[in-house]
Amino acid sequence: MVTFMGINLFALLGQLLVGLINGSFYALLALGLAIIFGLLRIINFAQGALYMLGAFLAWLALHHLGVNYWLALVLVPLAVAAIGMLIERWLVRPIAGQDHLYSLLLTFGIALILQGTFSHLFGSSGQSYPIPDALKGGYNLGFMYLPVYRAWIILVSLLVCAASWWVIEKTRLGAYLRAGTENPALLQAFGVNVPLMITLTFGFGVGLAGLAGVLAAPVYSVSPDMGANILIVVFAIVVIGGMGSIGGAILTGLMMGIIEGLTKYFYPEASTTVIFMVMVLVLLVKPSGLFGKEA
Amino acid sequence: MTDTLSTPTSSQPKNDSNGQPHRIGDEKIRVSDLHAFYGESHILHGVDLYVNQGELVTLLGRNGAGRSTTLRSIMNMVGRRTGSVVINGQETITMPAHQIAWLGLGFCPEERGIFSSLNVEENLMLPPDVRSDGVPLEEIYAMFPNLAERRYSQGTRLSGGEQQMLALARIMRSGANILLLDEITEGLAPVIVQRLAEVLMQLKQRGLTILLVEQNFHFAAPIADRHYVMEHGHIVEEIQQHQLHEKQDQLNALLGV
Repeated sequence: MVTFMGINLFALLGQLLVGLINGSFYALLALGLAIIFGLLRIINFAQGALYMLGAFLAWLALHHLGVNYWLALVLVPLAVAAIGMLIERWLVRPIAGQDHLYSLLLTFGIALILQGTFSHLFGSSGQSYPIPDALKGGYNLGFMYLPVYRAWIILVSLLVCAASWWVIEKTRLGAYLRAGTENPALLQAFGVNVPLMITLTFGFGVGLAGLAGVLAAPVYSVSPDMGANILIVVFAIVVIGGMGSIGGAILTGLMMGIIEGLTKYFYPEASTTVIFMVMVLVLLVKPSGLFGKEA
Repeated sequence: MTDTLSTPTSSQPKNDSNGQPHRIGDEKIRVSDLHAFYGESHILHGVDLYVNQGELVTLLGRNGAGRSTTLRSIMNMVGRRTGSVVINGQETITMPAHQIAWLGLGFCPEERGIFSSLNVEENLMLPPDVRSDGVPLEEIYAMFPNLAERRYSQGTRLSGGEQQMLALARIMRSGANILLLDEITEGLAPVIVQRLAEVLMQLKQRGLTILLVEQNFHFAAPIADRHYVMEHGHIVEEIQQHQLHEKQDQLNALLGV
């Protein structure tokens, strides 16, 4: 047992790692929410349910179709993206331009329907998804034991977040997205098919949730309410990072995971509320969020 | 003012600019009985106008007369529009907004529309190449050295004049050959306004067709071929360049100057 000034370093590092893993999921989900909010100006309350759907699709594909983890990692996000694009095209678009309350109620309703359907079909107890063979085992880092799958989660999440950030901030495609976020009418007048871009963006945003769901399946139990639990935290993260800020959502996601981990070590009782306390503080000091532009 | 009349105009014979019907092939824009609505408000009440290949035509009028709305209606950026808008001989009234630019239209909005989340070069490269013969980036930078110097600056950090140049350069680069320009001199220093007039003359020499909404009559008068005057959502007067003198009083009354 290594201690430093009364702090158990092994336990602390362990909690930091758990925090970083949670943060990886927060970052993926918050990134999807931020991208969707940026272009569509809607808060997608179904993001958590689509994350749950991703986990369930992976589980169903494995148990009923024999689709392995690696295939699911590619196919499930695409399937969730496709479902998302149908939702955008047939449900969200007809109420575009209406009061925000409509899209909020709509996506909240979609979340409840998805959650209810899966509760009805599979019960609310969790299903387990085996860790793929290639990612079993762990590394002994000397100060702690790092399971390979946990490292994999962090790696995939960081890579996907970094790639998304690069595409949005540094490429021509991203310039369309940024311009569409700022002034969609003018971008369309320049000849860009903005309605199609909105559908694809919504698909990409919820596809990220689907990916997070597949990543989560082997470590969290696959249950209908897994999305609802994480979603509220992710909303707080998007608010802390600054609504619509892409880099802000990613960094805040990781940061809040770590802060949560630290709190679990120092004062476990506050670990479920610490993110909301941070949110209140940030809103008091900088209402546009840590990385948000001043209105 | 008369000496500026000799500046290059469209290649059409002189007597053709007396309001005589033009050959259809020369018409880049033909707007007929255009009505536009924002929600419940009926803004345009039957606008009729045409712009020929290579012409520079202005839309004059008081604030709220419907000049900006006319440009936005041609781009299908209003809530609802009825009537007819023919671009290059093609009816566009039912066309989605994003297809209209591909007929060669470039729009420069009144508020300039520079994107703050894009740098200068990204702003320049943003509009897709709607035609193949746009002005190459190097040539744009040669024309506007300020933009070259500040190509990696945030678009909205430029001065008002530079932003206006950027908004113009952006649609020149896309290859658009029918430009709809909304109040491009608004709030700019006289030296910049002079530079804008030079740029517009260069564009005319390249054979571009321009419909210009303008408040600054002194800017518009010497470079335009024709003027339309708008009031209460429709065209009330069409003035040829050579009629400017005889109709000056009438024009002053209409514009309230």
